[in-house]
Amino acid sequence: MRYYLEFEKPVQELELKIEELKRLSNGSDLKISAEIKKLEKKARELHSQTFADLTPWQKTLVARHPERPYTLDYINMMAADFVELRGDRRFSDDPALVGGFARVGQFPVLILGHQKGRGVKERISRNFGQPQPEGYRKAMRLMRLAERFKKPVITLIDTPGAYPGIGAEERGQAEAIANNLMEMSQLKVPVISVVIGEGGSGGALAIGVGDRLFMMEHSVYSVISPEGCAAILWKKDGNEIGQQEYALAAGALKLTAQDLLASKVIDEIIPEPLGGANMNPEQAAKNLAEAVTRTLEELSAKPAGKIVEERYRRLKKLGGFVAPKAV
Amino acid sequence: MAWFKRNKQALKKVKIPEGSWIKCEGCKEIVYRKEIERNLKVCPKCEYHFRIDARERINLLFDEGSFIEADEAITSGDPLSFKDSMPYKERLKFNAQKTGLNEAAVSGTAAVGGRTVSVIIMDFSFMGGSMGSAVGEKIVRAVERAIEQKTPLITVSSSGGARMQEGIFSLMQMARASAAIGRLKNSSIPYISILADPTFGGVTASFAMLGDVIIAEPRSLIGFAGPRVIEQTIKQQLPDNFQRAEFLLEHGLIDMVVHRREIKAMIGKILSHLTLPE
Ligand SMILES: [Zn+2]
Repeated sequence: MRYYLEFEKPVQELELKIEELKRLSNGSDLKISAEIKKLEKKARELHSQTFADLTPWQKTLVARHPERPYTLDYINMMAADFVELRGDRRFSDDPALVGGFARVGQFPVLILGHQKGRGVKERISRNFGQPQPEGYRKAMRLMRLAERFKKPVITLIDTPGAYPGIGAEERGQAEAIANNLMEMSQLKVPVISVVIGEGGSGGALAIGVGDRLFMMEHSVYSVISPEGCAAILWKKDGNEIGQQEYALAAGALKLTAQDLLASKVIDEIIPEPLGGANMNPEQAAKNLAEAVTRTLEELSAKPAGKIVEERYRRLKKLGGFVAPKAV
Repeated sequence: MAWFKRNKQALKKVKIPEGSWIKCEGCKEIVYRKEIERNLKVCPKCEYHFRIDARERINLLFDEGSFIEADEAITSGDPLSFKDSMPYKERLKFNAQKTGLNEAAVSGTAAVGGRTVSVIIMDFSFMGGSMGSAVGEKIVRAVERAIEQKTPLITVSSSGGARMQEGIFSLMQMARASAAIGRLKNSSIPYISILADPTFGGVTASFAMLGDVIIAEPRSLIGFAGPRVIEQTIKQQLPDNFQRAEFLLEHGLIDMVVHRREIKAMIGKILSHLTLPE
C-alpha cells in the first residue's frame, strides 16, 4: 500500500473501500462493478481537488513525501548510460550528493543532485540528503570536468539543507558552498537546476546557480524551513509550536513553486502527475526530461561567453530592494 | 536555515551595556567603561573584542575623513509582505531609528594609507547584520565599483546570515554577491575579507569566505550553522574553542587572527604585496 499524507486520508478511505468491494465482487457482480466505477471516479476527483487546493504547508509535506522520486530515480528513468563518479579527491565521498555523466535524449550531460535515502538504513547512510563539504566539492569537481568536455550541467535539488555538524564546520562547509556559488556563476557550459523536492537554503543553492531554475509542481524552495521559521517567530518563553505554526510560517515564506514563479525567481514549473510525482514517477521523469531537453536545445546554441554574461544578468535581477531614482 | 536561531541569541548580548562599569564577556571581570572605550572596545584585562558598529569600524580601519558613503539610499523592499509580531516594513523603520542606519551594511570608498579601496562594512546592530536584498545590492555594487575603478575590495562581516523576512530573495543574495566576487577574481584586484564576531550562515557561505586573504578578530564566532543548531543535531557537547577565530585558523579556513588595533596596518601590508609588478 502506498503512503498517505494526513490530508490524503479521505482519499485513502475511499480507496480502501474500493479495494474491499473489489475483493468481494471478483468482477462478476455488475451492480458492484458499477459502484466501484462510481467510487473510483469520486476518489479521482477528490484527489484532484485536494491537490488543486494544497496549502503551502501541505506542499512542503508533499515535497518531502517518502515515496517521491529522488535524484537517482530520475536519473534511472530519464537518462541513459549513466556513469556515477565519486569523491572530492581531498577527503572522502559524500553519498548525500551524487553525480555523473549520462545522456538525456540526444544530449550528453553531467547530471548531479542531492540524494535522500529510501528506507531507514539508506536514509542514514545518505545522511537524509544533507551534504558535507565533500559533497559540494565533488559537485564542483564534476562541473569543472563537464566544462572541459563542453557538457551541459543538470542539477537536481532535494535537501533539507547542508549538514550542521562539527566535522562539516572543521572542513569548511561555508567555504565549500561559497566557492560553488562563485564558480558556478562562471561555468562556461549551460547549467539547468531543478528543485525536485525540498530546496533547503544554502545547501540547496550550492548546486543551484545556473541559467534556468525550474521547480517540480509540488516542490518548495526557501531560505529557512517552515519549522525553523516558526521556531524563531513563536517559540519564545517556552511556547510549544506545531502544525498550525508551521503552516503559518510556510505561508509567510512564499516557498511554493507557484509563489516563486509569480515572483519571477524561477523560470518554469514542471507539471506533476495527479497526486504528486510519487503517484506516477515515470510520468514525472518524462515531464522533467522534456523541459530539460527543450531548454538545452535553446541554450546549446549560445556561445559560452554569452551564457556566462546572461547568467550574471539573470542573477542581478533577483533582488527585492528599493533603489532611488537616478538623478 | 538554522543560523537565525543563533542570531536571535546573539542579539540579546548588548554591545556595551550602559553604566560606567561593565562586565567583560571574555573574563567576566568588572571593567571601567571608559577604559574599554579608550582601548578600541577591547578588554584591557583579557583582550576580549566587544562588538563595534559600522561607524566605529570605519574610523578604525580607514584614513581619517577618507570614507565616502555610496548607495546609502538603497533600502529593502518587502517582497514577501512579511509580517510576524510586526510587519517587516515597520521592523525596518524601527531598526533604522535604533541604529541611525538604513540597512545592515554601509558601503562606499575609503583610503588605507592613501590607497583608495572599495568597502562594505556590516553592522550587527541592524537586524543582526542580516543580509537581505539591500545588503546584497550594496555588495554587488561595491564589488563592481572595485572592478571598474581597479581598487582593492575590503569587506567587514558581522552577521547572523540571510534575512528570513525576505525569504528566497535573501537566499539569492548569496549567489549574487558570490557571482560578483567571481568577476572580480578574473582580474588582479585584491579582496580582503575581515570577519568580526559573529559571522554566520549565508554571509559566511558567500562573500565572507571568498577573500583572497581572510582576517578574523580574536575569539570571534564564525561558522556556517550556529552552535545551538549543531548541538541539537548531533546531541553532543561542542569542543571548547569550536567556531572561534583561532579554531578556523587551526583548520586552515582563514589566514590570520589579528588584534583590532593592528588590522589597518595589516591591510596596508597585504595590499603592498598584492599588486602587479610595474
Ligand atoms: Zn575581559
